[in-house]
Amino acid sequence: MPQMTDERIRAGLTREEDLSLLHEVSMKTAGVSHLEMCIQCGTCGGSCPVAMDMEHTPRMLFAMLRAGMREEVLRSNTPWLCVSCYHCVVRCPQEVHIADVMYTLKGMAIQAKLYTDSTAPHFSQTFVDMVEAYGRSYEMGLASRHYLRHFPLRLPSMMPMGLGMITKGRMTITPKKIKHLDQLKSILRRAKQLELTS
Amino acid sequence: MNKYLLYPGCSMDSSAKAYMESLNEILEPLDLHLEEIEDWNCCGATEYLGINLIPAYSLIARNLALATKQMDGTRTVVAPCSACYLNLAKADYYMQERPTLGAKVNEALAAGGLEYKAGTLDVRHLIDVLVYDVGLDTIRSKVVRPLSGLKVVPYMGCMLPRPDYQHRWSDHEHPTELDDLLRALGADVIDYPLTTECCGGHMTQIGPETAFELIRRLVADADERGAQMMVTVCPMCQMNIDAYQNEANHFFGTNYHMPILFFTQLMGLAFGKEPGDLGIGVELVSARNALANIGVEVPVTQEPAAPRKKDEGLPMPRRWTRHEGKKEAVK
Repeated sequence: MPQMTDERIRAGLTREEDLSLLHEVSMKTAGVSHLEMCIQCGTCGGSCPVAMDMEHTPRMLFAMLRAGMREEVLRSNTPWLCVSCYHCVVRCPQEVHIADVMYTLKGMAIQAKLYTDSTAPHFSQTFVDMVEAYGRSYEMGLASRHYLRHFPLRLPSMMPMGLGMITKGRMTITPKKIKHLDQLKSILRRAKQLELTS
Repeated sequence: MNKYLLYPGCSMDSSAKAYMESLNEILEPLDLHLEEIEDWNCCGATEYLGINLIPAYSLIARNLALATKQMDGTRTVVAPCSACYLNLAKADYYMQERPTLGAKVNEALAAGGLEYKAGTLDVRHLIDVLVYDVGLDTIRSKVVRPLSGLKVVPYMGCMLPRPDYQHRWSDHEHPTELDDLLRALGADVIDYPLTTECCGGHMTQIGPETAFELIRRLVADADERGAQMMVTVCPMCQMNIDAYQNEANHFFGTNYHMPILFFTQLMGLAFGKEPGDLGIGVELVSARNALANIGVEVPVTQEPAAPRKKDEGLPMPRRWTRHEGKKEAVK
């Protein structure tokens, strides 16, 4: 806990905030996140093309981080709806790496198993499984596994599209593998160990 | 000769193979030499970054490390896919901004006998190289079949002009590089304020209703402005607008038919190449009628099997009339 300073008392802050969650998210984010610099202006939510489907706008989510509301933040659907369009990032007056913070929050929600809808985490995990197994993405495997699991009712209406992609040679039935898959696997194994110690 | 290292990315030989085919057709006229990075792997798209940090950046950095082994006369890596471009550029930038990230990624790379010193390479997108290195004058000089009469909207997408770590673009929200390029080909370029709005990204897979609304905005606006087609620089944008347009139509009861081609396909056409060699015809929303406006005939490819006809059954109301009627109401 930081010390109560004269400045803070003069500014009317009678209670110390617990900023540990904010710092944790900031430190886990790639690059220098500038998350602590957020001034709650709301430019991010106003720029967001999918804000209408979010439970919390990015601004509200960052206020919740500052308030230490760990569980509420990690349960929010907001990071999962972020489409990484970076509109908010280039407009943010404080240069907060908003999209990268969203990636961090997704990772933390998966770790804590606090996400409410499993569609998006499963999709990410299936995609990564394919990449780890082959070194390349494998659309056919990803699509069939993902749609059977999460969108069985969408399959009939998607059949013409899937068929079109296959007959036009835009989706291959078998996966493509890289040559030095062992090398990639060693790199990722080491990277995962380093992730745990950081 | 202009030499560059090429990071194609996974979609270039599957869903976006038309992009690769048309790119190969325009290399020779522009005197470009692209050397593929050997044994490159997937960049992780937007998925790996949301699971864990060090593995995601190590996956990306393996490609950068491999590229440094082929730096003979060039230090520029060209990526035609906006998502790949962003991931490669992002890893290079953040490994410098957060040296501890750089150190950890290199520790992981060392397990595979590789290393990458951030800042060694220049990561650039294909259209950046075409507009700023090759130049619009050179491109204009190769045009033998001007695209005049073809009304297009330039669709840049989001991951190309943003966040723009190296300050490469004319603007983050309304960049004009693609407009200028298409004008150099002679096309009738329609001003398109949504040019850097999102196509939905991976939301077509995880939150289709959110994605359909984003697709609808883009397609409806292009349609209202009188565009005959959209032109893109990104495999993900092409896939979402092309392959999911039908499902989005179904969802909203609309009946849009807005083809979307890669800018390299239009460059190939303007350079006098045959549509069949440029991957034209593999799009799901056919560009045949749009290209007829400039006298280009697209060979008929096999369409997906049509639904079984039921004309011989009892007289039934035809479904499409309902959609036609709704289209007006929604617009």
